[in-house]
Amino acid sequence: MRLTVEHAATRLEGPLLFLRRTIDAGLGDAVEVLGDGAPRLGRVAALDRELMTIEVLESTSGLRLDGTIVRFFGEPLSFALSPGVLGRVFNGVGEVTDGGPPVAATRHLAIEGLALNPVERANPRDFIETGVTAIDLLNSLVRGQKLPLFSGGGLPHDRLAVAIATHARLRGGEQGDFAIVFAGIGVPWESAEYFRASLAQTGALARTALFLNLASDSSTQRLLTPRFALTAAEYLAYVEGKHVLVILTDMTNYCEALREVSSSKGEIPSRKGFPGTMYSDLATLYERAGIVRGGAGSLTQLPILTMPADDISHPIPDLTGYITEGQIVLSRDLDRRGLDPPVNVLPSLSRLMKDGIGARYTHPDHPALASQLYAAYARAVQARVLASVVGEDGLAPTDRRYLAFGDAFERELVHQQAPRTLEESMDAGWALLRDLPRSELSRLSDAQIDAHLGAAPQA
Amino acid sequence: MSRAEIVAVGGPVLRARASGPFALREAVEVGERALLGEVVKLDGDTIVVQVYEDTTGLRPGVTVTGRGLPLSIPLGPALLGRMFDGLLRPLEHTGSAFVRPGLRHAAGERFAFVPAIAAGDALRPGAILGEASREGSRAQACLLPPTLAGTVLSVVEGGERLDTETICTLRTADGRIEDVAMTHAWPVRTPRPVLARRPPGVPLVTGQRILDALFPVAQGGKAAIPGGFGTGKTVLQETLAKGCSADIIVYVGCGERGNEMAEVLAEFPELTDPRSGRPLMERTVIVANTSNMPVAAREASIYSAITVAEYFRDQGLHVALMADSTSRWAEALREVSGRFGELPGEGGYPAYLATRIAEFYERAATVDTLCGRVGSVTAIGAISPPSGDFSEPVTSHTKRYVKAFWALDVKRAQARFYPAVDPLHSYAEDAALFAPWWTAQGNSRWLELRRRFLTLLDEQARLERMARIIGKDALPARQQLALLCADVVNEALLRQSAFSPVDRRCGPARQGAMMRVVARFLDLAGDALAAGVAPSRVAGVPSMRRLLRMGEEIGDDELARFGELESALERDFAALGTADAAPGG
Repeated sequence: MRLTVEHAATRLEGPLLFLRRTIDAGLGDAVEVLGDGAPRLGRVAALDRELMTIEVLESTSGLRLDGTIVRFFGEPLSFALSPGVLGRVFNGVGEVTDGGPPVAATRHLAIEGLALNPVERANPRDFIETGVTAIDLLNSLVRGQKLPLFSGGGLPHDRLAVAIATHARLRGGEQGDFAIVFAGIGVPWESAEYFRASLAQTGALARTALFLNLASDSSTQRLLTPRFALTAAEYLAYVEGKHVLVILTDMTNYCEALREVSSSKGEIPSRKGFPGTMYSDLATLYERAGIVRGGAGSLTQLPILTMPADDISHPIPDLTGYITEGQIVLSRDLDRRGLDPPVNVLPSLSRLMKDGIGARYTHPDHPALASQLYAAYARAVQARVLASVVGEDGLAPTDRRYLAFGDAFERELVHQQAPRTLEESMDAGWALLRDLPRSELSRLSDAQIDAHLGAAPQA
Repeated sequence: MSRAEIVAVGGPVLRARASGPFALREAVEVGERALLGEVVKLDGDTIVVQVYEDTTGLRPGVTVTGRGLPLSIPLGPALLGRMFDGLLRPLEHTGSAFVRPGLRHAAGERFAFVPAIAAGDALRPGAILGEASREGSRAQACLLPPTLAGTVLSVVEGGERLDTETICTLRTADGRIEDVAMTHAWPVRTPRPVLARRPPGVPLVTGQRILDALFPVAQGGKAAIPGGFGTGKTVLQETLAKGCSADIIVYVGCGERGNEMAEVLAEFPELTDPRSGRPLMERTVIVANTSNMPVAAREASIYSAITVAEYFRDQGLHVALMADSTSRWAEALREVSGRFGELPGEGGYPAYLATRIAEFYERAATVDTLCGRVGSVTAIGAISPPSGDFSEPVTSHTKRYVKAFWALDVKRAQARFYPAVDPLHSYAEDAALFAPWWTAQGNSRWLELRRRFLTLLDEQARLERMARIIGKDALPARQQLALLCADVVNEALLRQSAFSPVDRRCGPARQGAMMRVVARFLDLAGDALAAGVAPSRVAGVPSMRRLLRMGEEIGDDELARFGELESALERDFAALGTADAAPGG
């Protein structure tokens, strides 16, 4: 039931519109504000006996106190969904923009969603092979995980995300029904088009729902875009039983919008002017990844964010890292040296890796190999720091071996021309370890050394 | 019960016009869904209520009903082995995959009750009424509420009873008749009373060498685990929950990940309790307020959890409380404080942050319980400092109240060196108190070895700074050897894989043996150096690899093999000879 209220506006202040309380609306109910031009979305932010406060989710410029009409939906903002959302393009607030007919809805879901009951979550365990060695071998992704890409302006995160989206598959067994939900949040048109074109090229577009809030679109709507996209994804995963990969790009734009809206509401700012509620707010998005126990589908998230000034301690990557299950960090230094993908392995991490690898899932020696490669590479990076001061000649012989290992690690393991299977990735890893003295490999058992490394190299 | 009518609502805070008396901090139910809230301000006939659930759909005119009690939780035998939300409402069997507002407290559950009292007995507060047990669970003591005492008028016979039904009737000193059930309610913000507190004496054995050997925490003590993201706070908390020597684990996931809770639920029933040999889940209570659940309830979840911990302590049990993470709790305080328009202090946190942190940690203690037993609560809180900066308010305040500080280091974590506890920034104030305990475990040199290892690690940091300037090769042989020895302490002793079946838990006897082997190596290496052997040749002794991998290769039940390893080391060093025959190695 939709009720319309006219001649009730008493005050307009930033994004807030105050109305006399002439109808019985509930907190959080969605509204449409009709002034000049297209209707603007909003919601009831506060209520008292006399007044209703409407938070307009778009620019309020041009609105007037007289002549402004507010239409009440009688329920929170929801999204009309059916399997027909796949293959379609929406704007940031769930309206079809590809010129086709509206989606014939079979279900309306509130875009805020509900918290998944931890008891009803299934433990994510299905290893996803992405074809990227730095991920598969060292930071494995599993279904139901949220694993962000921490990137920087000008780094090839878009390309890496597309490569993952198009290559991702389960090893062996049935693949299940796969779908992609892409949310472009405040992205330039070129980035959005790059995703659309790449997905079209691989034929994945028919099973993709695209949500585009371009850089030129309303910044307040950026707060809604990921919610519409995730509502669609939850519907596809939990109602339609599909394995959904959600790409959210760029979460930095989302957080900037959050800061903008927060300051216009007069909230007390926290670190770098971002609202103190940003952790909880981001969590309501990222935590929507998961698997429901007994359900057929899963929701895996691959958010992309560009670290302001490549600073991983900036509040956006910092809070994200505290919520997500790891992070893949891209490095400008590796990119400059022509390594692709430029994944900086040391700060990267996948928290759910331990559940998805090993004898039952990938290979019994996978965990030990990953651990040994990490330990050796960390040592190599240390040696590099040392060499940068005292010169390579000033290094102990073992450190020089590590130095060589570090270069080879980046050139031959991180860098790759084509997607690798996990076996190929593992082989590349063992090959690198062959060049280190056996006595250094304390993370590997004797049996693992014998099985994979063969005879010792010349000391 | 008093009623009120909402006059204004915005976010999780509402104002209502009261038509009866309300008390500050009284629990209320709001609207048809009976959303749980708490009165936070009284102003004439207007009350201000903080609602712990999503307030979407509320409007002026909706009824608020007072419960007549402060925010309380039911404490009884139905807690063990279960997962609850921040207000201790069960998350199991809610009939939905999603958490909907208006969850209910558990309905009664049946337990086999064996009374330990008889009519005519005079009961003191907190007395033991009997024992309750259910299929697949340990027997638990049923307690009289700590605020109640009197003479038993009647008591039910043993048998199957609901935990909420009356099992005995008391006449109090002032003549009131009180019915008592196995489960009683207790306000979460009020510490449960005890007879007396005891000073710390024995360590909580965590099964983690770097903690037990270098930075032990007392049973009934307080520890904090600060660390930036990805340094392994949660893995360490989970490892402690699995392996530590407590009778009961209360694990509170405060503003953390849903998948981690799911993992605990999936994993714990499969693992066995190192103390009882029973499934680990049977000694565990989980309180989960995941990061996407309402923020206001996050503030309450910490109090719920420590109240549960105190309840088990009062039965004479040793409880370990894992709070992951106290930073999220502090942020919830900040968020709620901001909504009330309070003046922000440092970092935007309310000025009372330090007081709240202190109050929380002070509830950890070893005590003589009201029922005459000895119990303890050990509080272990994770801290998630923004940008991994330990100078921020939550970390710096916490440092003043905890006795053990386990600082996690991002460099160690990046090299996958776990547990990534940084020996230079961590501390354990009570360490010296535990020397007698270690002596009783057959490790009389514990304190001396601990000091020796810590000194070595400290020297390593200093030498590495120097080596960065002049190069390692330019260091004198003695210092090169110190670097090597520090590496051995780290790799052989302090690194411990949470995923290795052999090494995920290390008992005190094995810890002692490993400390001795490492110390023996340090002695032998020192002697070799004095005899003119180059450090590079020490590094190349054949048993080195066995030494570095002993944690994963020699289990708790094979202690004799440490002796063999020691002999092998002695043979290797003897073979090095005295003079340096082959310089450069």
